Amino acid sequence: MTLPGSLDEAVAALAAMPTAVPVAGGTDLMAAVNSGLLRPAGLVGLGRINEIRGWQYQDGAALLGAGLTHARMGRPDFAALIPALATAARSAGPPQIRNAGTLGGNIASAQPTGDALPVLAALEASLVIAGPGGARREIPVGRLLAGLDLLRPGELIGYVRVPLLHAPQTFLKATARTGPSRAVASVAVVLDPARRSVRCAVGAVAPMPLRPFDAENWVSSLIDWDGERTLAPEALTAFGDYVGAACIPDPAPAVTLEGTEPGTLPPAVLHLRRTVATLARRALGRALA
Amino acid sequence: MTGMGGMAGMGGMEGMAGMGDGGPGSVATASVPPPAAVEPPTHGIGVSLPSADAAAKAQGTFPYAADLWAEGLLWAAVLRAPHPHARILSIDTSAAARMPGVRAIVTHADVPGDAAHGRGIADRPVFASDLVRHHGEPIAAVAADHPDTARLAAAAIAVEYEVLEPVTDPEQAFSAEPLHPDGNLIRHIPLRFGDPDVTGEVIVEGLYRIGRQDPAPIGAEAGLAVPRPDGGVEIYTASTDPHADRDLAAACFGLTPEHVKVVVTGVPGAMGDREDAGTQLALGLLALRTGHPVKLAATREESFLSHAHRHPTLLRYRHHADAEGKLLKVEAQILLDAGAYADSSAEALAAAVAFACGPYVVPHAFVEGWAVRTNNPPSGHVRGEGAMQVCAAYEGQMDKLAAKLGLDPAELRMRNVMATGDLLPTGQTVTCPAPVAELLRAVRDYPLPALPMDDPEDDWLLPGGPDGAGEPGAVRRGVGYGLGMVHMLGAEGADEVSTATVKVSGSVATVICAAVETGQGFSTLARQIVQEVLGIEDVYIAPVDTDQPPCGPAAHSRHTWVSGGAVERAARMVRTQLLQPLAHQFGMSTELLSIADGKITSYDGVLSTTVAEALDGKELWATAQCRPHPTEPLDDSGQGDAFVGIAFCAVRAVVDVDVELGSVRVVEMAVAQDVGRILNPAQARARIEAGITQGVGAALTENLRTNAGQVRRPNLTAYALPTALDAPDIHIVKLVEERDVVAPFGAKAISAVPVVTSPAAVAAAVRAATGRPVNRLPIRPQTAAAPE
Repeated sequence: MTLPGSLDEAVAALAAMPTAVPVAGGTDLMAAVNSGLLRPAGLVGLGRINEIRGWQYQDGAALLGAGLTHARMGRPDFAALIPALATAARSAGPPQIRNAGTLGGNIASAQPTGDALPVLAALEASLVIAGPGGARREIPVGRLLAGLDLLRPGELIGYVRVPLLHAPQTFLKATARTGPSRAVASVAVVLDPARRSVRCAVGAVAPMPLRPFDAENWVSSLIDWDGERTLAPEALTAFGDYVGAACIPDPAPAVTLEGTEPGTLPPAVLHLRRTVATLARRALGRALA
Repeated sequence: MTGMGGMAGMGGMEGMAGMGDGGPGSVATASVPPPAAVEPPTHGIGVSLPSADAAAKAQGTFPYAADLWAEGLLWAAVLRAPHPHARILSIDTSAAARMPGVRAIVTHADVPGDAAHGRGIADRPVFASDLVRHHGEPIAAVAADHPDTARLAAAAIAVEYEVLEPVTDPEQAFSAEPLHPDGNLIRHIPLRFGDPDVTGEVIVEGLYRIGRQDPAPIGAEAGLAVPRPDGGVEIYTASTDPHADRDLAAACFGLTPEHVKVVVTGVPGAMGDREDAGTQLALGLLALRTGHPVKLAATREESFLSHAHRHPTLLRYRHHADAEGKLLKVEAQILLDAGAYADSSAEALAAAVAFACGPYVVPHAFVEGWAVRTNNPPSGHVRGEGAMQVCAAYEGQMDKLAAKLGLDPAELRMRNVMATGDLLPTGQTVTCPAPVAELLRAVRDYPLPALPMDDPEDDWLLPGGPDGAGEPGAVRRGVGYGLGMVHMLGAEGADEVSTATVKVSGSVATVICAAVETGQGFSTLARQIVQEVLGIEDVYIAPVDTDQPPCGPAAHSRHTWVSGGAVERAARMVRTQLLQPLAHQFGMSTELLSIADGKITSYDGVLSTTVAEALDGKELWATAQCRPHPTEPLDDSGQGDAFVGIAFCAVRAVVDVDVELGSVRVVEMAVAQDVGRILNPAQARARIEAGITQGVGAALTENLRTNAGQVRRPNLTAYALPTALDAPDIHIVKLVEERDVVAPFGAKAISAVPVVTSPAAVAAAVRAATGRPVNRLPIRPQTAAAPE
């Protein structure tokens, strides 16, 4: 167990012991260790790296430290900056988890139900990756989550660059109970007035957040960006249905599940599609309200 | 929260402010306020005495089995079957045995005594030998000097399986190849009561499915086995039925019961049979084999796989009523999925069949009940088993009938409720108090919670939680009723007996009684009983082990009745011994003397002495038994006086449903319960709140799901217990104190009947909110969403 004080020291510690595993909040990792599923040869604790525990502004974007906890992101000052990320952070588990769990950990563990992930996907955030010898490279969050651009050995997620859009954004999450729990489905909607676009990402229904580009483009074209920025309820409903159908498509006839009519989905999946549609409709409606 | 149900009674909740006397629930007794000068009593019956363990439990210093330690102890791990149904072709332990640190490995070949065990029917192998019958069945156990070594060694045992097609649909169990030499049918009760040819003017039919609730105790199974020099073994574990566990262990170890001692440690929550006997047997065998103490602390996953669950049940009902809504006939078929082994399924089936019509007057009833074997996870005793499943179904039928007749659901129920003197469909007369109408009236007339629009001051917690996806415009509110009943004590001729010893020495009284404090609050009640009878405030409850006389299982609300009764009798015998010489000296009978605050006073206040003086350095001991009146088994047509006592409950649920997402939040549960007599008001309330919350879990989220017999994701992330935000406001609107003359103190046990009733009430409320049939528990979101 090493406790480096800076990002570069942490990268060096990982380089010195390639089998070591970096740990920040440990909310996923330590549970796996405690249940015997994971026996890391060593741990590199990231908790003492102060440079990644806050955020700074850079060229109209916020550079968020990967060590920001969910509890910190849930506070009002942060919510004024990136409202959807704050909402997602507030819904991410009970207070004990939010106090420990970090933004970088949420990305690194890349669980389908990670609450920050659809928000980062909708914001088109990018990751600043720290590598050996002070190297820095930047990859879009979507590419990492899709497995197109993976962390190389010895690399750490240092920062998350999030554009500041100065417009409403929402995050909605459907869960199986009222108390803290993992998402059944989640939807993030952000408005980007500068690019005159609505961006939407759906979490928890697939291994990574899904972006319904056609639905985004269609609804962006309907909005009067210089005027009231409102939509008729029918348009919101259509947007929701569009997103739902895009994220949970009808099966091709060849892969119809056994025991169901050809081309139809089981009731539970149909309900999931309806849930996504409802969340997308509400999320956009609240963003435009 | 449900997992903490057992904890609630033990610790935290006793201290809840405002839950003592004078709450809305005490209205049943027209209590005269005491004169201002008199201090309210601080001990004895009727006082909210806190649990003696409360502080230790809250501070984390209370020792549970998982905290135990012994010099030189080894750690055990159990290898469990990964398949629900498979033939074992070979078990090769050689690689595991060669691992450094491994001290012993036991399989079915190493069981010196009986190869099988079980309550009632010994049909469950200690370790699977030729056949695996459920996912997670024990195959072998390892003792090693480190828990990780033990786990790795267990994983290194090579088992060759021939995977067989599992029987997972209980309806297929009748025609499937027998899963067990005893056959697939564990019990069949064809109850026939009245005239089969009667038909009603109105008929409603329904098919209901109840899921698999896990007891999910807050602490997983754990134990420590210590070998004895005489060749015996001591097992330290959170057993809820130590003598039965001892006898079962002795039989499997090939020892006499005298050579096995079960010592009960702190119980971290129990909703039924707490410990999986298989774990204790493995521990004992390993301790005997190695000559070392052996400890095991199960993971949550093992806990989910090994212990008994609530019976998943399929119910088909047809209710006949006249045009006024009076029930004429109930026809029902009830199919209990027992899992691979019989366990207590026969008793659960008896309760399901006997209470299939609910607390209603039904002149003609025809109920067929079956409990069958499958390759699903094992089912067994979980609070309110049998009664809970039928309650959800018959209350669904009552809602259907009310809808068909255009009647208010509460009114329809009111027209049919039973009272003392009515008959159960088993032909048994309900002789105990049955204030069902009073209970229903109390919850019906209790004011409804304010609608959010009428009470904008309060934040409205929408379904989905704070900051959630809930949309006020899509939320519908529903109100539903549930009436439930459950029997107390073992049924059908079970010899219900308990023995207790009370000792008085100096200013301290000691109770020695093998009734296990599982969190139900028995030890607090025992202290109060002794305080009441002997006037001694300082009462100590001795730890439980099997050297004490048996008291039976902590189940079926038994201990308040039988063990409480035994403690009372023993205390009265001590009282007589204490007062007899004084009475003789004073020239009056013992009845004219009273004991309070350590002082003995005559009726006229003239003669007075202290308990210490009367004892004069002597110790007084007395042992007594309590054995309630006998019952009889149900006969071939399901008839017989099978139950000692019955408790009733009425619940009115108010729910908010987001009809687009199908998410449900229970806003309020109003409860009225038949309690006989309140012995400890705070504890009674805590027990009811815990039971209601466990029922909310069964209604909305708790279902241990399987895929072809394989348990899917046995963890507390996937198995969603209610949290503090899911627990509704629980208003105990009335506790009816109509004393049951045959029960000690007239008290009825409290814990089980809210669990039985609250799922049905939640389902009824969701039905009212959505207009959907809601015939499956837990309620899935797609069935709580309004049709598109």
